[in-house]
Amino acid sequence: MMYLPQILFAIVLLASIGYFARNVSKLRRNITLGHDVDVSDNTSQRWKNMAMIALGQSKMVKRPIAGALHVIVYVGFVVINIEVLEIIIDGLAGTHRIFSPIGATYGVLIGIFEILAVLVFVAVVVFWLRRNTLKLKRFWANEMKGWPKDDANYILYFEMVLMGLFLTMNATDLEFQAMNSGNVISQFIAPWFSSFSESSIHIIERSAWWLHIVGILIFLNYLYFSKHLHILLAFPNTYYGRIKPQGQFENLEAVTSEVKMMMDPDADPYAAPEAGAEDEVPAKFGASDVQDLSWVNLLSAYTCTECGRCTSECPANQTGKKLSPRKIMMDTRDRLVEVGKNIDANNGEFKDDGKQLLDDYITKEELWACTSCNACVEACPVSIDPLNIIMQMRQYLVMEQSAAPMELNNMMTNIENNGAPWPYNQMDRLNWKNEA
Amino acid sequence: MSEQLNVPTMAEFMAAGKKPEVLFWVGCAGSFDDRAKKITKAFVKLLHRSKVEFAVLGTEESCTGDPAKRAGNEFLFQMQAVTNIEVLNAYEIKKIVTACPHCFNTIKNEYPGLGGSYEVMHHTQFLKSLLDEGRLTIEGGQFKGKRITFHDPCYLGRGNGVYEAPRELIRKLDAELVEMKSCKSRGLCCGAGGAQMFKDAEPGDKEVNIARTEQAIDVKPEIIAAGCPFCNTMMTDGVKNKEREADIAVMDIAELIANAQDL
Repeated sequence: MMYLPQILFAIVLLASIGYFARNVSKLRRNITLGHDVDVSDNTSQRWKNMAMIALGQSKMVKRPIAGALHVIVYVGFVVINIEVLEIIIDGLAGTHRIFSPIGATYGVLIGIFEILAVLVFVAVVVFWLRRNTLKLKRFWANEMKGWPKDDANYILYFEMVLMGLFLTMNATDLEFQAMNSGNVISQFIAPWFSSFSESSIHIIERSAWWLHIVGILIFLNYLYFSKHLHILLAFPNTYYGRIKPQGQFENLEAVTSEVKMMMDPDADPYAAPEAGAEDEVPAKFGASDVQDLSWVNLLSAYTCTECGRCTSECPANQTGKKLSPRKIMMDTRDRLVEVGKNIDANNGEFKDDGKQLLDDYITKEELWACTSCNACVEACPVSIDPLNIIMQMRQYLVMEQSAAPMELNNMMTNIENNGAPWPYNQMDRLNWKNEA
Repeated sequence: MSEQLNVPTMAEFMAAGKKPEVLFWVGCAGSFDDRAKKITKAFVKLLHRSKVEFAVLGTEESCTGDPAKRAGNEFLFQMQAVTNIEVLNAYEIKKIVTACPHCFNTIKNEYPGLGGSYEVMHHTQFLKSLLDEGRLTIEGGQFKGKRITFHDPCYLGRGNGVYEAPRELIRKLDAELVEMKSCKSRGLCCGAGGAQMFKDAEPGDKEVNIARTEQAIDVKPEIIAAGCPFCNTMMTDGVKNKEREADIAVMDIAELIANAQDL
């Protein structure tokens, strides 16, 4: 019987780590459904970006209030989790506060955790108020109805409860209070329990301890289903994010080879395809579904925290158009999750479900409203590039479906015929020098 | 001003067995759009004033393909790019300057991958370098003390990180440079990019150029300075829409400098 709590702890720990690992492998499988892109360049710049943007929160603080609050929660999360190491060792070994014999340092550490716990609690309450009471516009857009709104609030409640449990656990730990070192906050909570018997206090302490660690493990497993995946994926996403100037769009290689062939005066237009070439699936230009996007696009979709900074900076969205860069990312993730479930249900193979990212999730109207101004890319605190997805979908519309708006078709016909987007003769290009 | 501008072409340079210091890529707007042609001429005058030996491609120039690419037509873009690169490489062009941020971005960033690598400068960067080298002097003239706000073109600013060159030129005019609420890396688009220039906007409650013009009017400028022919059109339309064309002028930076010297 003596070992029962330890056995129970080991089972809970293993089960939650196991479930998490299973979901991580699904996540990986889903992300790699995207086509490959070469991201082996600029290694040192990439590490620098990750250090600055993810670790250093450099883009978060561009909006000072939300940025400062986020830094508190972020630092609190990272630092307080050092305590989880002790909790896990205690849980498995049946010890109690195994690191406490290290003396004064222990008190300092716990003291820091307690202060951070209070700061995180306050920050999370302010976050909740901003979302639900101040009703900041970016949290009340169309795409935030239902699950996205609930998801955000659940996480805030979760963090409030976890911080509360951590402080309660310390306040009701009589030995810890007797040490009188590091209980900078919990010493003021301890008196609330002074009327309780010693055994009741002990039960409260044990309950808080268990609920705290189980809460953390539930939180870990909640990530996979939540926008909160960003706490893990922000790191790879900022590493793999855009290195080139924002104005530079990729040149499609498949197109380059065809264009080169067309321009080559020695190419034989009647040449028979090489043996075996017929079997090749012709390249699809652009993207109509998630599998056509790159794995970096898909990683970004899972990384998106739905903060809406992109959408609030978007000129189309600001002027009432349907386009919302955040929705582009949320739709991409939703469709990817749907495709993933389809694959799971069909023994590892995707069965056509008659749906796709284009039209079923993202409409043409949204895609054509983009000015390609890069404001969304600049605004994203975790280096997501919604514009890249919009452009790939436009490529599909134009090159696979010839479905550009008529005015754009006119513009393109002009370029083809006379080398300018307007119907002016190329021979008149220098006429301006003679005009008064 | 009815005098004919001296605008040599690459073909003429080639025939004379010479090479210019820089190729001026005029662009479609700069060649055909009535408003943008004024910017082209102002810039040419500044090039002459600074004794820069330049040439244009003239009838051998063709659209860079930017609007086609942003509209999703990668084929057309690459056809244009490869054709232009053939011409540029045949003339052994090393350095290009253009007054259009879209041409600037496309040639600078998207042509190298297709075989065309050149040193490409936006005209504000080029004018700034002429100023630094002492080849160009800027006087305040009629713009001394005027309130000027600069609208960042997306493909110059965010797209390529060029924020300071145009601003330094404005400061040299002894003008009062005022910044809009959204500026530099957070500058609001004029609404023309991504091939929007060539189509009507999707349904919404406002045009993007009106929103941007309102931001400009908020800082009470006498002049809205632009560095892009498309932004220029959008802001000019915005000012007209607000019936403020009598007291707010929309001018390219090249025009400001040229006009200050009564060129």
